[in-house]
Amino acid sequence: MKKPFPILVFILMVSFYFSSCGGGTDSKSPAADTSNVNKSGETDAEVYDPKRGEGEFSADNVKISDQLDKTLATAGESNFGVKCSSCHKLTDEKLVGPGWKGVTTRHTPYWIMNFITNPDPMINKDPAVQAQLELCLVRMPNQNLNTDEARQLLEFMRKNDGVK
Amino acid sequence: MKTTFLKLSLASLALASAVISCKPKSTSNAVSGDAATKTYVAPGKYDEFYNFVSGGFSGQLSVYGLPSARLLRVIPVFSVDPEKGWGYSEETKPMLNTSHGFVPWDDLHHVELSQTTGEVNGKWVFVNANNTPRLARIDLKTFRTAEILELPNSGGNHSSPFGTENSEYIVAGTRFSVPSDNANGDVPINSYKQNFKGHISFVSVDKESGNMKIAFQLRTPGVNFDLARCGKAKSHGWFFFSCYNTEQASTLLEVNASQKDKDFILAVNWKKAEEYLRAGQGEKQSVRYAHNLFNESTQTATSDILTDVTVLDVSKLKDICYFIPCPKSPHGCDVDPTGEYIVGSGKLAALIPVFSFDKIQQAIKSKAYDGEYEGIPVIKYDAALYGEVKKPGLGPLHTEFDANGNAYTSFFVSSEVVKWNIKDLKVLDRVPTYYSVGHLCVPGGNTRKPYGKYLIAYNKITKDRYLPTGPELAQSAQLYDISGEKMQMILDFPTIGEPHYAQAAPAELFTKNQVKIFKIAENKHPYVTKGEGESKVIRDGKTVHVYMTSIRSHFAPDNIEGIKMGDEVYFHVTNLEQDWDVPHGFAIKGAANAELLIMPGETCTLKWVPDKVGIFPMYCTDFCSALHQEMQGYVRVSPAGSNVPISFSLGKAIPDPVK
Repeated sequence: MKKPFPILVFILMVSFYFSSCGGGTDSKSPAADTSNVNKSGETDAEVYDPKRGEGEFSADNVKISDQLDKTLATAGESNFGVKCSSCHKLTDEKLVGPGWKGVTTRHTPYWIMNFITNPDPMINKDPAVQAQLELCLVRMPNQNLNTDEARQLLEFMRKNDGVK
Repeated sequence: MKTTFLKLSLASLALASAVISCKPKSTSNAVSGDAATKTYVAPGKYDEFYNFVSGGFSGQLSVYGLPSARLLRVIPVFSVDPEKGWGYSEETKPMLNTSHGFVPWDDLHHVELSQTTGEVNGKWVFVNANNTPRLARIDLKTFRTAEILELPNSGGNHSSPFGTENSEYIVAGTRFSVPSDNANGDVPINSYKQNFKGHISFVSVDKESGNMKIAFQLRTPGVNFDLARCGKAKSHGWFFFSCYNTEQASTLLEVNASQKDKDFILAVNWKKAEEYLRAGQGEKQSVRYAHNLFNESTQTATSDILTDVTVLDVSKLKDICYFIPCPKSPHGCDVDPTGEYIVGSGKLAALIPVFSFDKIQQAIKSKAYDGEYEGIPVIKYDAALYGEVKKPGLGPLHTEFDANGNAYTSFFVSSEVVKWNIKDLKVLDRVPTYYSVGHLCVPGGNTRKPYGKYLIAYNKITKDRYLPTGPELAQSAQLYDISGEKMQMILDFPTIGEPHYAQAAPAELFTKNQVKIFKIAENKHPYVTKGEGESKVIRDGKTVHVYMTSIRSHFAPDNIEGIKMGDEVYFHVTNLEQDWDVPHGFAIKGAANAELLIMPGETCTLKWVPDKVGIFPMYCTDFCSALHQEMQGYVRVSPAGSNVPISFSLGKAIPDPVK
C-alpha cells in the first residue's frame, strides 16, 4: 500500500494546476443579485374575502349615498365610452364581457372598484369572476383606472341600475 | 502494478492537457467548469446589466441582458423594421427622411449612453449612421428612437457618437474627407489635397428634452477620422480623435494610407472653439440636412430640412486643435477614468502608446512641436507620451477600463484581449477570442466610474462557434468574468448584424423609468379614436380616413363598405388597452406596406391603396387573447364610380348607411 500515495499527490498537483490555469475566479455568483419579477404582493386564496375582493377599497374608504351624484355619474359615462364600452353593454346582454345591468345589486361597491382597478389577482381567485371567465373566456384587461375614475364608473353603474 | 502504471500514465496525460489549457489553442477548452453558474439567471429573474449593442449593417440597436446574454429587444433606428412597423407606419416614415430622401437601411456602428459628470445617467443612448451620416437619440423610457439628425459636410460618420461627460455635446467626425457641401464638388478625385476637407460636428444636447442641434463644425485638413473619446475630470473640455490616412490618399488606402510610421491623434480644445463661436468667428454655410423628431404627445414624427451650419476653420483659428503622432493608423483613442491617460491603438502597430494629458498641456505651453500639419501644430511624440506598452499583441484596436487602474485592449490580428496596468504599463493577463475581436465593452468602461465585473468581446469572424447556418452566420461575442486577477471566459453568444461598439450599465438606471403604456387620455394624435363610440369612416375626396379602435378582441368598425378603386385609405388604429404588454397588430390583405403594431394607448396609421375590386380581409397580427383568432373584419372595395355609400359597423351584419 505504498504505491498509491504518490499518485494521489500527482492528481492533486494536476487539479491544482488546472485551477491555477482557470485563474483568479472568486466564488461569488455574479448572477445572484437579481430582482424578483413578481412584486404584486397578492394575498393567499385562504384569506381572500369574496365580498370585498382584493385591492385598496373596502367599506371604510368607499362611501355612497342613497342619492346619485350626477357629476360623478356623468364623468363615469365618459370613462365608459373610452375604456369599457368596447366590451360591455349597459343592458344585461353579454358582449365580450357581461352586460352591466344589475351589477351594483350583485356586488358591493368596493368589490366593483377593486375588480376594475385590480382585475388580475381577482380573476385568479374570486369565485364569481372565475365563473364569468368560463362564460366569456377573455380575462378582463387592466385599463389603468385611477381611484377617481373607478369611483366615477361606480356611480355611472349605479345610475344605470336606476339610482336617482 | 499494472493498474498503478496505468493510473500514473492517465495522470500524466491529464497534467499535459492542463498545461495546454493554459494557452488554449482549440476553440473548446478555454472555459472552466463554473462558467455556467456565473451566467445563469434563473427563470423569472432579471439580469444585472443592460447591454446596448450596435447592430452593424442591420442599422438597428440590439439590447441584451448580462450576464445571461439574453436578447431583450432589437430597437429599430436607421432601418425599416416590419416587426414594429418602423418606417412603414405613416407616423414613423419621416424618421428615415434625409436630404437624399427616404433611406430605408443604414449601417450603425457605435453606441454612447448619456452621462452626468462622467457617469451613465440612464436617459438616452446615442447611435450613429455610418453611410448617410446621421446621429440618433433613443429614449430609454420607451426604448424607441426619438430623434435623428443628419450631418452635412460628412461622408462615413464613423468617428461618432462620442459624448462629453455631461452629454453637452455628442461628436461626429467624418471618416471620408470630402469637398464641403456648399463647394463645387465636381472636381477630380486626385485633387484630394486641395479640395477635400475633414469635418467634425459638435452636436449639442438639450439637458431636459434631449433635442440635438449642430452647435458648430470644425473644418480640418483632409484626413480620415476613426474613433474618439472625450476628456474627463481634469481633461474635461478636451476631445481626442484618432485619424489615419494622413498620407491623404484617395485610392488603394490599404497600401497608400499605411505609408507613414505615425498618423495622428487630434486633440481638440472645445472650450476654446466655443470662445471663437461666441466671438462670431464661425462662418455660416449654406447646406441641407434633415432633422427628424418623434413627438411623444402626437405620436407622430416630423422631418424638417435645415439649411445652415456654422463652421470654424481650425487651420486659421489657433489653439483649438493639436496633432499628436500615434503609430500606424490608430483606431481606438480611449481616455482612462481619471482623464489623465489617452490610449492610442494603431491597427498595424505592435505596441500601445499611452499619452499624458498633463504632458500634452506642458508641450503646448512650451511649444514642443515638430512643425505643423496644414496649419495645425504637431506635438513632439515624446513630449506627449507617458509610455508604451511593449509587445502587448498584434493590431490593438480598442481599450476599455475597470475601476482598479487596469486597461483591457482588443487585438484584432492576434485575436485576443490583453489586460494591462495603466500606471506601470505591464501586461497582466491575456485571453483568446473567437475570432478576430473588434470592440470591447466593460460596463461603464468608458466613464469616470467603470462597474467592471464583465468584459464582452465583439468578434468579426464566427466560423465554427455555433451550429452552421450556410454561408452566412450570426456574429460571435464572448463574455468574460474580469472580477478576479485573471480574465475568465464564461459565455459565448451570437449577436445580430455585426456589432461594432457596445455599452453596458446597471439595470436599475433604466428600469426605474420604464413607460408601460401610453395613457389614452394624453393621446394627442390628430386621428385618435377615444372609445368605440367615436369610431367612424370619413371620406374626403379620394382620401378615406378610418378611425378604428382595437381592444381584446375586436376592431371597431370591423365591416367597412364604400371604398372605391382610386381611393387612398388611411387606417388610424387606436389601441384602447391600458395594460402593459397588450399591443394589437393590424394587417389588411394586399397592403404594400407591412403591418402595424400598436402599443396600448397609441394610435398608428397604415396607408392602403386597394388594387382591385373585391372583399379584403383584415385582422390582428399580435396574439392578444383566447379570441385573438376572432379579431378580424372585412373591407368591401367597389369600382370607381360605384354608388355604394361609405358605411361601417360592428356587430351588425349589414352596415347602416351614414345619413
